[in-house]
Amino acid sequence: MANILLEMRNITKTFPAVKALDNVNLQVEEGEIHAIVGENGAGKSTLMKVLSGIHPYGSYEGQIFYNGEECHFTNTKDSERKGIVIIHQELALVPYMTIGENMFLGNERGSSLKINWNETYAKGNEYLRVVGLSESSRTLVKDIGVGKQQLVEIAKALAKKAKLLILDEPTSSLNETESKHLLDLMLKFKEQGMTSIIISHKLNEISYVADKITVIRDGMTIETLTKGVDDCSEARIIRGMVGRELSDRFPKRESHIGEICLEVKDWTAYHPVYNERKIVDNVSFNVRKGEVLGISGLMGAGRTELAMSIFGKSYGDSISGKIYKDGKELHLHSVQDAIKNKIAYVTEDRKGNGLILSNAIKTNTTLANLEGISNKGVIDRDKEYKVAVEYKEKLKTKTPSVEQLVGNLSGGNQQKVLLSKWMFANPDILILDEPTRGIDVGAKYEIYCIINQLVSEGKSVIMISSEMPELLGMCDRIYVMSEGKFVGELDGAEATQEKIMAMIISGAGQAVQSTEINDVEFDKKE
Amino acid sequence: MNSQNKVLDFVRKYTMVIALVLVVIFFTIRSDGALLYPSNVNNIVAQNAYVFVLATGMLLCILTGGNIDLSVGSIVCFVGAVGAVLMVNSGMNPVLAVIIMFIAGTLIGAWQAFWIAYVRIPPFIVTLSGMLIFRGLSNVVLKNGETVSIANCKGFVKLFGGGADCYVPDVFHGNGINITCLVATALAIAIFVLLTVKTRMTRLKKQYEVEKLGPWITKMVIISVAIAAIGFRLAQNKGIPNVLLIVAVVIIFYSYITSNTVTGRYFYAVGGNEKATKLSGINTNKVYFLAYANMGLLSALAGMITIARFTSAQGGYGESYEMDAIASCFIGGASAYGGIGTVPGVIIGALLMGVINLGMNTTGVDQNMKQVVKGLVLLAAVIFDVVSKRGGKLISKE
Repeated sequence: MANILLEMRNITKTFPAVKALDNVNLQVEEGEIHAIVGENGAGKSTLMKVLSGIHPYGSYEGQIFYNGEECHFTNTKDSERKGIVIIHQELALVPYMTIGENMFLGNERGSSLKINWNETYAKGNEYLRVVGLSESSRTLVKDIGVGKQQLVEIAKALAKKAKLLILDEPTSSLNETESKHLLDLMLKFKEQGMTSIIISHKLNEISYVADKITVIRDGMTIETLTKGVDDCSEARIIRGMVGRELSDRFPKRESHIGEICLEVKDWTAYHPVYNERKIVDNVSFNVRKGEVLGISGLMGAGRTELAMSIFGKSYGDSISGKIYKDGKELHLHSVQDAIKNKIAYVTEDRKGNGLILSNAIKTNTTLANLEGISNKGVIDRDKEYKVAVEYKEKLKTKTPSVEQLVGNLSGGNQQKVLLSKWMFANPDILILDEPTRGIDVGAKYEIYCIINQLVSEGKSVIMISSEMPELLGMCDRIYVMSEGKFVGELDGAEATQEKIMAMIISGAGQAVQSTEINDVEFDKKE
Repeated sequence: MNSQNKVLDFVRKYTMVIALVLVVIFFTIRSDGALLYPSNVNNIVAQNAYVFVLATGMLLCILTGGNIDLSVGSIVCFVGAVGAVLMVNSGMNPVLAVIIMFIAGTLIGAWQAFWIAYVRIPPFIVTLSGMLIFRGLSNVVLKNGETVSIANCKGFVKLFGGGADCYVPDVFHGNGINITCLVATALAIAIFVLLTVKTRMTRLKKQYEVEKLGPWITKMVIISVAIAAIGFRLAQNKGIPNVLLIVAVVIIFYSYITSNTVTGRYFYAVGGNEKATKLSGINTNKVYFLAYANMGLLSALAGMITIARFTSAQGGYGESYEMDAIASCFIGGASAYGGIGTVPGVIIGALLMGVINLGMNTTGVDQNMKQVVKGLVLLAAVIFDVVSKRGGKLISKE
């Protein structure tokens, strides 16, 4: 029996309006990887905030024991001194500072009057090697991808002498290879004696790394499952999370596929800054009426860039190629043109590019189609209200009122508002970029239902996703994209993760070592 | 919601209105009622007309993302100088001069707007440059900053308010009280009440959400009483100052634009999230352009009001007007990050500053201390706004 490193006893945390945590208990043994799962808003992040001192001692009830002694953390410095380091879902790196500077931010090498830059960068490089990065610590953070940034965060935690590493949704913006690398790193640290807590929505990853799984629902601990002792299958975990068995993660749909609606030929786009870099390389595809078309690929394959360059050239330079809709050639020079021609692009970055968080649900709902609620430039505010309520009900957005600010909604509900906005623009073709990123299982299911509803109305949906099971579960047809090119096309029924990965790898050429092919297949298909 | 929350919510929503009422009560007591003398009520309008106009324009700039326009004071001065020189030295027809002044202001606005909107030079820098350029050019136009008197351009001065007889004439020839003013006040209240009732009726008919009856009536009554009180005081003085009509038109027009039109919505959207706005098919460059070009137009109007009030043009006019406008916006609840703010809010902000100013004048506060007080009020207002939005926590933990 290993020694209990951390114990949280009867933690209760109340916010003005809600009880976020209700008598939560958590025991973490030294050297294990402990997963915490639960739907959005279940209280996982709050629990970790209590642990790390972001919610200081006194603002919650209950006790925290670490290494056998009771701890009263009043801020994150306190908990970090003990070796508890939390890595938040939103990366907290300063883009225009070097990796080294970021790594030792608040923990600078040298004295407070003279920073020892040599030590900073030397140590920085050392930690980067540990997490498997070959970059120099003098590289600016903005110049490396999100996946690597996540690894830098981990290196930063190591630099703080972490003994208990807490990762909150570490892979939410990583592609499969990157996620795999990160999870393997966790396993490696475990061998070296590190204890980790991981919070994730991705159950396949959890079953891959976790020794124990604690399920939290509505602010309460439901159960703790131990690998090898209890049933830790995805279905079992989901049952704990939602309190019921999700018999099917993807709603059934009868496909009624019609004629070709949109056809893109020889589409090429270059990077807007580095003009010689081809981001989308001679891509041709089509989508039919009533069809859900998937685009699979790793992050950085150019999927978002392809979609945005089609969507009124909102990305890229020297774009060439032809777009036909219902057989007629289109020239889309602006987003306005695209919307006018009934093409909608629902962004992957709903907070950054999709929604106006400081505005009400109703204003967000109508933003892309203000003509629909106005007459000669004057807005009919009553009509706007009506439209917003209609979509709120149609999409089952959980909110007391459409006057509510979007910033106050949960991720899943924000996604629904974003979908409302584009559904109200009444497009024939919807390009959904990562439509279920960072939202919980229940909300995902509802989004899938909405997609089914859309295609049953004869619309076409193009779905870009990094979650392969989702593409396999939802799409009639899947294109595989790699390094800017379309490297394959699969029928929905015959597609498997293995086939898709094989296409990606062969398309990517030498970039990915062949040994990694099998490694990536940690995600077993049911 | 319990009653304590209700009170908090109310205070948060009407902070500046409450502050305005408190300030009025405070200075009324301190000045033994002098603050509310008819002539002083008149002064609040006449002295602050330019602030109302400029603050309205400034709001649009601030909405686009907390960007301010530093050049308005200089544009006020420059346009005023051009107008005065045209009317006095060249003997130009005032109507033509007014048109030229409007065009000049708009062109200056458009010049700055082009750099800001299409070339994306930070507004702070473009308008700082404009501030220097047009201050300098004002003195050039005025031949080394000489004062040009426009006392003889009676029509112009009368229309834009200033001298002793710039009031809407009393067609009923009331004795000691201006009946036209009373009639206009009654009319304004009637229109206001009718519109409010009509909106509510249509909403009820269409079964939309409406405000609770009690608060709705209270609000309507309070606003009506406020209009009546101001109207009555003005009637006791000399009636409706002409400049009030100009200000009223500006306020109503821009209130409508910002709250009811598609163009108005764009300003909020750009300030809230420019990328999302762009991806919603909205030309965000154009929105920036409109905000700053419009600021030039309104600066020209403020320039006319300024030279009419002083019946002259001087190289030093308009100094720190931009600061008055900016302060009014932030006191009136505009967000320093853009996307939040309303025209009525900004007007309340401008009124608050105006009342404090006048109150300190009537109670004989030292000129230098006035600046100190105004500065503190601005800071306090924004601190209150930020802290109350954070749920009452003073120190940010984000």
